[in-house]
Amino acid sequence: MKWLAAAALVVLLLLPAVLNSYVVTVFIFIFFYAFLGQAWNIVGGYAGQLSAGHAAFVGIGAYTSAVLSVQAGLTPWIGMLVGGLLSAVLGTVVGYLGFRFGLRGFYFVLLTVAFGEVCRIVALNTDAVGGALGYYITFTGNPWQFQFQDNRVYYYVALGLMLIATGIVAAIERRRFGAYLIAIREDETACEALGVNTFRYKMLAMIVSSFLTGVGGTFYAFYLFSLQPGAVFGIPLSVEIIIRPIVGGAGTVMGPILGSFILSPLAEVSRIYFGQGGWAGAHLIAYGLLLIAVVLFLPQGAYPALRRLWARAAR
Amino acid sequence: MAVGLTLIFGVMRVVNFAHGDMMVWGMYLAWILSTRAGIDPYVGFIACAAALFVMGWVTQRLLVDRIVDAPHEMQILLMLGVALVLENVALVAFGPDPQRVRSPLRAATFWLGPVFVDVTRLVTFALALALTLALYLFLTRTDLGRTMRAAADNAYGALVIGTDVRRVYAAAFGIGAACVGAAGALVSPILPFQPAGGLSLSVASFNIVIIGGMGSLPGAFLGGLLVSVAESLGAVFLSPSMKELVSFSLLIVILLFRPAGLFGKTAA
Amino acid sequence: MPPLLQVAGISKRFGGLVAVRDLSLEMARGEVLGLIGPNGAGKTTAFNLLSGFLTPDRGEVRFDGHPLAGLKPHTICGLGLARTFQIVRPFPHLSVLDNVRVGALGRRPQMAEAREKARAVIDRVGLGAKTDHAAAGLTLADRKRLELARALATEPTLLLLDEVMAGLNPTETAAIVGLIQRINEDGVSILLIEHNMRAVMTLSHRIAVLNFGEKIVEGPPAAVANHPRVIEAYLGEEYVHAPAC
Repeated sequence: MKWLAAAALVVLLLLPAVLNSYVVTVFIFIFFYAFLGQAWNIVGGYAGQLSAGHAAFVGIGAYTSAVLSVQAGLTPWIGMLVGGLLSAVLGTVVGYLGFRFGLRGFYFVLLTVAFGEVCRIVALNTDAVGGALGYYITFTGNPWQFQFQDNRVYYYVALGLMLIATGIVAAIERRRFGAYLIAIREDETACEALGVNTFRYKMLAMIVSSFLTGVGGTFYAFYLFSLQPGAVFGIPLSVEIIIRPIVGGAGTVMGPILGSFILSPLAEVSRIYFGQGGWAGAHLIAYGLLLIAVVLFLPQGAYPALRRLWARAAR
Repeated sequence: MAVGLTLIFGVMRVVNFAHGDMMVWGMYLAWILSTRAGIDPYVGFIACAAALFVMGWVTQRLLVDRIVDAPHEMQILLMLGVALVLENVALVAFGPDPQRVRSPLRAATFWLGPVFVDVTRLVTFALALALTLALYLFLTRTDLGRTMRAAADNAYGALVIGTDVRRVYAAAFGIGAACVGAAGALVSPILPFQPAGGLSLSVASFNIVIIGGMGSLPGAFLGGLLVSVAESLGAVFLSPSMKELVSFSLLIVILLFRPAGLFGKTAA
Repeated sequence: MPPLLQVAGISKRFGGLVAVRDLSLEMARGEVLGLIGPNGAGKTTAFNLLSGFLTPDRGEVRFDGHPLAGLKPHTICGLGLARTFQIVRPFPHLSVLDNVRVGALGRRPQMAEAREKARAVIDRVGLGAKTDHAAAGLTLADRKRLELARALATEPTLLLLDEVMAGLNPTETAAIVGLIQRINEDGVSILLIEHNMRAVMTLSHRIAVLNFGEKIVEGPPAAVANHPRVIEAYLGEEYVHAPAC
């Protein structure tokens, strides 16, 4: 399997040389959403804490680095870390409230949704960050400001982010932290009886996850140049974040990547074919159907299923 | 509408994330009936309820049934998928713009002492109350109703005494959906609706049900009143767009301190 | 040297029901103490109180001299007090090895070392042949062994076993009894809840009897078995003066 991954990596590194700008953009979104999905995977996939409000971290990261850049001239390369840190603070708060108060399953989901929405409403009503009209960044193409003239540079940045996140998840899986998270997902009470400080590890997962997601927010801000509270804090983005790991395989290293390679092209294709006229939401219908299908038939996601098929074929 | 959600949860311990989107469909059906067939929503709500009953029954039999014993995360994701499908099919079918249903009662108002009463809202309230009472009677007086409550309390026990549990579940889901269909129809002259509104309705339903207590019918009704009052007060004292903030904050507080709500059974 | 376990007057009530009333116990190192009593006597509640899953309303528990007041279950496990559950809780999607490894990681944070420790414990309990099987597919007897292995992997000084023989046939029961004896010989003290009287009599150095949350009798197995209050508790008053069968 390893050489397959290495070969794929080489291909991905070379692709921008042969693809036109539009396809490069598609790949950028594949990598970027895979990155966000991978960050979510830590707390949602491995630890099993379904957070449906992760867009909040994207939003905080995005607005933070955007505002710092525009108002204070701080380079987003540092703003990215500040944004990540602030997201981690919110992550700590949400995690603390959720885990300390013993919210599990549905109740935790609702808590995260509530926080996401609160962030959105606050952003919507805060004129200092543009309120309902949104926040805009002027395009300067200056690399020090995390802006690049060439689409291809964004491609490599997004790819880099995805690889970093994947590396972090792989490292986690190999160590005690990962083993504990997986066990927590299986049965928290049994873990407690075995000496696992479940609260500490869930918090750690949440903090790492929210930090990474916040960093991703900066990419979002400096690729799209406009921040709308509904788009960057809203449920639709949270859905985009979680659906890739879930379809691809939550709690696996390759799951979010596979999921993104399946879903982003799907979204693009449906946007092209149905985007005209009144079919704007069609790709979301596909998302919904896919989600239903995965839950009913492939609850562990596509990657574990593929792995089983591969193992069977190898015999 | 909260009553429907709490019924589904109480009987099957499944949380219907698609609740709000089902309600939106109820609203659209009422709109269709009103504009195409000239039927007033205060009469047409019965048809809406019936249609949504079918939708609920089908959803349960086809989809939910398979995952009743699955871990909660799977149930949530399933219903989320259903919500996505419902919302976006509505988007495709009806377009994104908000709609409102016209009712002949619309403009009528009158003074009741010092209070200015809007007839449409009064009728809505009265009918909602009547429906809730009807549901209550159904659950306590009829065989099917009692069976439902038995299944809610002890699914295994109900199975042992020969209940067709799946049918009961389907009925429960159907009735829950019917409630929401009726709710949608009744509210359609008052509230503008659009496909994207499904989420906030779902959240509002959850808000109410959690505050009132999951699985408790009187809790759902009282929760509804409580939340509406709180929201209205919020709209008065803070800016109107912040009233959603009030309900979310309330939700967070309740989740943390009393997830069982005021009357509720605790979650499994 | 202080006793390994000192329980002083713990009580726990749930609403109107007093589950455990003024319970006091002591255990010496290396001892096997059996805890018996009719259903609902408060035995599992006592376990929950000792292992940190419940807090006593009154009273104190000291383990190896440490007061356990307010400590979380995982901390207590870290001190050397491990427990199993009456209804076993394996990690269903993980293999036997991965299950036990979670227990081992507590004292051996390096994954490789934990793995080795886990293998050793799995062999000790006799599950070696099933090391790589998924936990969900095991028989009940094997799941009980797994539960035992996991708890053992945390290298406890005191092991709380909650009805580990429930649901096992005589052959399986005899095997588990032998296993528990070996574990005790290795130096682990054991506090076990059991309904299987023969097993309790065989294994225990001493037995404590609970009824309605209170300890009614304590002593060596033979003395307890014939004690009138014990007979009364299990069978009712009429049998106290019945001739021995």
